[in-house]
Amino acid sequence: MSCKSIVLRLAAPCLVAGLTLAPAFADTPAPQPNKGDTAWMLIATALVLMMSVPGLALFYGGLVRAKNMLSVLTQVFAIVCLAGLMWVAVGYSLAFTNGGALNDFVGGFGKAFMAGITPASNAATFSNGVVIPEYLYLAFQMTFAMITPALIVGAFAERMRFGAVMAFTALWSLLVYYPIAHMVWYWAGPDALADAAKAVAAATDAVAKTAAQAKLDEAVADAGMIFKWGALDFAGGTVVHINAGIAGLVGCLMVGKRIGYGRELMAPHSLVMTMIGAALLWVGWFGFNAGSSLEANGTAVLAFVNTMVATCAAALAWLIVEWLLKGKPSLLGMVSGAVAGLVAVTPASGFAGPMGAIVLGFVSGAACFIFVAYVKGALGYDDSLDVFGIHCIGGILGAIATGILASPDLGGAGIVDYVAKPGEAAPGDFVMATQLMAQLKAVAVTLLWSGLVSMILFKLIDLAIGLRAESDDERMGLDIAEHGERAYSA
Amino acid sequence: MKTVTAIIKPFRLEEVRDSLTALGVHGMTVTEVKGYGRQKGHTEIYRGAEYAVSFLPKLKLEVGVSDELVGPVVEAIAEAARTGQIGDGKIFVAPLDQVVRIRTGERDGDAL
Repeated sequence: MSCKSIVLRLAAPCLVAGLTLAPAFADTPAPQPNKGDTAWMLIATALVLMMSVPGLALFYGGLVRAKNMLSVLTQVFAIVCLAGLMWVAVGYSLAFTNGGALNDFVGGFGKAFMAGITPASNAATFSNGVVIPEYLYLAFQMTFAMITPALIVGAFAERMRFGAVMAFTALWSLLVYYPIAHMVWYWAGPDALADAAKAVAAATDAVAKTAAQAKLDEAVADAGMIFKWGALDFAGGTVVHINAGIAGLVGCLMVGKRIGYGRELMAPHSLVMTMIGAALLWVGWFGFNAGSSLEANGTAVLAFVNTMVATCAAALAWLIVEWLLKGKPSLLGMVSGAVAGLVAVTPASGFAGPMGAIVLGFVSGAACFIFVAYVKGALGYDDSLDVFGIHCIGGILGAIATGILASPDLGGAGIVDYVAKPGEAAPGDFVMATQLMAQLKAVAVTLLWSGLVSMILFKLIDLAIGLRAESDDERMGLDIAEHGERAYSA
Repeated sequence: MKTVTAIIKPFRLEEVRDSLTALGVHGMTVTEVKGYGRQKGHTEIYRGAEYAVSFLPKLKLEVGVSDELVGPVVEAIAEAARTGQIGDGKIFVAPLDQVVRIRTGERDGDAL
């Protein structure tokens, strides 16, 4: 916030309320983190890490054959570690700082290697006058940058070489994750907007008004392209799930089908592990979704409840539809439905009402089952663990549904206008058609950018070091061939 | 001497062991095996993808017996392993040339 805007902000109250109030406003200290918010966000951050390891690792690990169990666990764990280091090196800066001329698409290097961040630095939330320590915001967002590339590996599990997976993770994080996170989530924050808007209201003459308006326009423009379109993504429908899902689809198409796909039995080796993993994902997802409120407040609680009920609905929806169409209610179907529901409710979690979230859960559970059980088979691609069918399809459903369910007429929370009544976060005008268009554009950009860049990256990595394991190694299993160890000694 | 090899349903093992013990057969070797026969298999469905699982888990039981015991042993196994359903298994009898008890060096009849 500039000095000028402080002066302008002070002008009006002084005139109205008299001089006695002036010192109070002049001394208004910068907002400090609240201990409750800080404590909650620390826990939420650890919960999201638990989604990756052990949650996702076990969920995926149980779904592969025993000979590839360790390869999946190793890939997920190593991706988490690599993405974590890359995040503090450049990722946070590229996602959450102003990128100058490229600010619509990506941030800059101003905070590379955490430059300038101290325990006293604070980051904005979604409420005026509420901040959390910047290290905490950095760590919370880090866990998202960790799990997203880890989601991708399920699509080409059981056949891609470890080195290729790691190379892809590094390049994809740099060229896809950070830019998309910036485009969707980077903005100036509620206080910057409120302060600039107050300055406009307080400006007394035309010259000051023009100058203040220019500052406000600048603050509004200091955001990623998709954010400025008005697209809503509470916890990562586009940034995490569509982004990872389409990259997975491209990856499995480019590396090719597993040897024996469609002829040999490729049954999951331990649905017990898969159930444990899915359950850990569900619990961890409360950190993911409710934590995305960035505060311990009503929105966090709404996201918590939505995450609970949408998942219940989606798990039962897959179970029931599978029971009706395939004859048996399966555990794998139920936990897959739960994950589909978690994915779908992610972008909507802080915007939809709970009844809307339940409807979204039912639809996503049934739709992802139909896609995975019928459409995937008809198309004939080998997405080993259905990263596209669950994360991308569920993510697209959720992203579009967010544009509907956020409507206050449907019990949703609507959108917030930080400018109309500066400092009060007033409800904004919700026009469903406009909102849906913004959601669709966000989905399209994510699909195109992640899909296209992933295709180029896989091609380059294939040329440089080779994507696919030797066929003998694939038959032996990646555990012994790539890692020299086995999951279970007989 | 004969080797009696029986492929049986896994859950009939205790009954078979009891009836062989009653006949005075105090040792046998059991291996977990998979087999395919008239029982065919079953279908497993994972996220809508159906797999026909042809080979089903069975137990292979091997026991060496003296000639006079072959008849009663085969009879006892058949009785104990029978459920009347497809997939109860089969019994094979083959000649046995020599038996050695490793600890004592006893041979043939003494080693059984």
